[in-house]
Amino acid sequence: MPKHTKRKAPSPGATRTRSVANHQPDLVKLYRKMYEIRRVEERLEELFRASEIYGSLHLCIGQEATVTGACAALAADDYITGTYRGHGATLAKGTSVQAVFAELFGRETGCCHGRGGSMLLTDLAVGNLGCSGIVAGGIPIAVGAALGARLSKNNRVSLTFFGEGATNQGVFHESLNMAALWNLPCIFFCENNLYAEMTHISKEASVERMADRGCACGVPGVVVDGNDVEAVYRTTAQAVTRARAEQGPTIIEAITYRLTGHMFGDPQTYRPKEEVQAWRERDPLLVARRRLEDRGIKSEQVEEIHQQVQAEIEEAVTFARQSPEPKSEEVSRYVFCEPTVD
Amino acid sequence: MSSASRPSTEGPERILTYAQALNEALREEMARDQSVILLGEDIGDYGGIFTVTRGLLGEFGSGRVIDTPISEGAIVGSALGLALTGYRPVVEIMFVDFVFVASDQLFNHVGKARYISGGQRAAPIVVRTQQGSGGGKGAQHSQCLEAIFCHVPGWKVVAPSNAADAKGLLKSAIRDGNPVAFLEHKALYFQKSPVPTESSAIPLGKARVVRGGGDVTLIAYSKAVELAVAAADQLAGEGIMAEIIDLRTLKPLDLDTILESVTKTKHVIIIHEAHRFCGFGAELAATIQEKAFHHLEAPVQRIAALDVPVPFNRTLEKTVLPRVGDVVAAVHASLGRGE
Repeated sequence: MPKHTKRKAPSPGATRTRSVANHQPDLVKLYRKMYEIRRVEERLEELFRASEIYGSLHLCIGQEATVTGACAALAADDYITGTYRGHGATLAKGTSVQAVFAELFGRETGCCHGRGGSMLLTDLAVGNLGCSGIVAGGIPIAVGAALGARLSKNNRVSLTFFGEGATNQGVFHESLNMAALWNLPCIFFCENNLYAEMTHISKEASVERMADRGCACGVPGVVVDGNDVEAVYRTTAQAVTRARAEQGPTIIEAITYRLTGHMFGDPQTYRPKEEVQAWRERDPLLVARRRLEDRGIKSEQVEEIHQQVQAEIEEAVTFARQSPEPKSEEVSRYVFCEPTVD
Repeated sequence: MSSASRPSTEGPERILTYAQALNEALREEMARDQSVILLGEDIGDYGGIFTVTRGLLGEFGSGRVIDTPISEGAIVGSALGLALTGYRPVVEIMFVDFVFVASDQLFNHVGKARYISGGQRAAPIVVRTQQGSGGGKGAQHSQCLEAIFCHVPGWKVVAPSNAADAKGLLKSAIRDGNPVAFLEHKALYFQKSPVPTESSAIPLGKARVVRGGGDVTLIAYSKAVELAVAAADQLAGEGIMAEIIDLRTLKPLDLDTILESVTKTKHVIIIHEAHRFCGFGAELAATIQEKAFHHLEAPVQRIAALDVPVPFNRTLEKTVLPRVGDVVAAVHASLGRGE
C-alpha cells in the first residue's frame, strides 16, 4: 500500500518511460486547441443568448491556456476531473466538438446523452472521469483514480482541475493529505482566475499563493503564468514526470483570468473594466499568436486554422441541432445498471 | 413471493455473530473478485471498531485493505475514483452519523455518477456503516439515516436484521454494480444467529416473512425486527396472530410481499428505530394506502422514534426509542380492541 512506500526513492525499472513529457510542445497544435475552445465558448454564448440552449453556462474564455497546456502534458489514457467551467478541459483532453455541442443542446448524441449538461461533462473514452458542479467536488475522485492507477501499476497519472476558490473547501485539504500520504500520481491543478465566483480571492483566502497550501501536506507547489500555454505545458510535464517516477503529487497554481462573467448573465459589477482590459492584453491566444509570428509562422497558416476550426464548429452545431432529443420513456435509464450477481 | 422461513436458506448451519457473518462475506467476496478492496478508518491493523474487518489485512494485504485518514469526504470521493478505474470499493463509514461529512460525495457524486454521465460511469461502491442506538452513545452516534439514502436517487439501501441476512445481503451488495448503502446496526454486531455453511448471496429487493399470521402485518427491518417478534409473541398469547415481514432491502422495495400480506391481514403496523417524521415508515404507509386502500380495515400505523435528538440519559433515551408495548398497543388499536 502507498502508505508504506511514502517518500521512498522510486525503484528503478518500476516505471515505464513515457516520452510525452520530454517532447517540446507543438505550439501550432496548442494554438489550434485554444482557438477551438475559444470559438466553441463564443458560439455557445451566442446560442444561449438566442435561447437555443439553456440551463447554465460557465465559460472559460481567457483561461484556454491552462487546460490546453496541462492536457497536452498528459497521455491519452491519463485521467482528469474537472469543474463546472469544464468545456475547455474536456475539449483539451480530446472530447469531440460535436459531443460537447450535442450535450449542451441536451441531445441523445451528447457525451452524456443529454443527462449531464454544461456543468457535468464526462467522457471516459478520453479519460475525463467527470466534471463536477460542486466546488472541489472532483478533487477526491481524482485522488481515487490515482490510487487505482497505483494499485493497477499502469503508470497513469490523474490530474484534477479546480479553481482557487476550491482550495477553501475541506475536501481539497483532505485530498491533498491523502495523495501526499500515499505518494500518489496525482496532480492538483489550480486555475487561479482571481475570482471565486464574484468575490476577489483576497477576500477569501488567507494566503496569496494557493500553491503554498501544499506545504501543509508536504506537497511541492509551483506557480506558473496560466496565460502562457507553453509554460503551463512545461510545468505540468514536470509534475507528470514526478508523478510517474513515484515522487508524489504536485500542486500547480496557474494564474489566469476569465474574460467573461462567472456565468452567463453575470453583470460583473465586482471588478473594474480597466482590470479586464489589462488582462485582455494578456489574452492567452494573443500571447501564443505573437509567439507563432516570432517563430515565423505565416498569418495565412493561422487563418487556415481559424477557418478549419470555424467549419468544424458550424458542422457540430448543425449536428447537434439535427440530433434527436432523449425519449421521455427513457427518463429512468441510467439510474441503476442491471445487477451483476451471478 | 417469500414464504415463512428461518433466516438461513439451506444446508448445515453454524452459530455466528452478525459481525462474524459480515467478516465472512467480505472475505469470500475478496477471494472471489480481485477488484474488491476495502477502505475505511481503523479497518486494517485494528480490524474495524466492531471487528468486521478483523484479519482481512493479514490475508489480503495493504493494497486491498486500506486504512484511511479520518476524511470521510475524501474516502467516499476516492472510492468513486477507484470505481472508475476498475475497482469495487467497499467503504466503511464508522458511524452513520458521519455520512453527513461525506454527503457531497455520496449524494452529489456517487449516487448520480451513472445517470449524469449517460451510463458511461458505473459506481459499484458499497458503503457499509452502522446505525441505531447502542445505549448512551448520544445524539451524534445513535441516528438511523436510512431515509436520507432512500430519498436521493441512485442508492440501493439494505438493512439486515440477523447474521445470515447480513452475510447473504452483503455478498449481493458487493456484486450489485450500483451504489449500495449497507446499514448495519451497532446493537446487533455481537448477537448470534444461525448462518448456513454454504451460504449464497441473498438477492437485494426480497423481503423475508419471518412468521406467518392472519390478523395483522408487522413490517420492520434491522433491529426493529426484534420488537416485532417480541410483540408478536405477546399478541399470540392473546390469540392474535401477527405476520412479520423483515424488509431486508428498503430500496428497491419488495412491494409484492408487503401487499400479499396486507391484503390478507387488512391491518398494518410499521416499526422502525428512525425518527417518525418523514421516516421510511411514511413512505411505506403512503405506498400501502395507494396500492391497497380498499383492503385496509384500519389506518396504517407507525411505531418510530420520537422527533427528538437521541438523548444521552438512559431513561430519556428509552423514552425516545420505540418499545414492544407501543407495538402491542398499536395492534390493539388497529383491531379495535381496547386495553
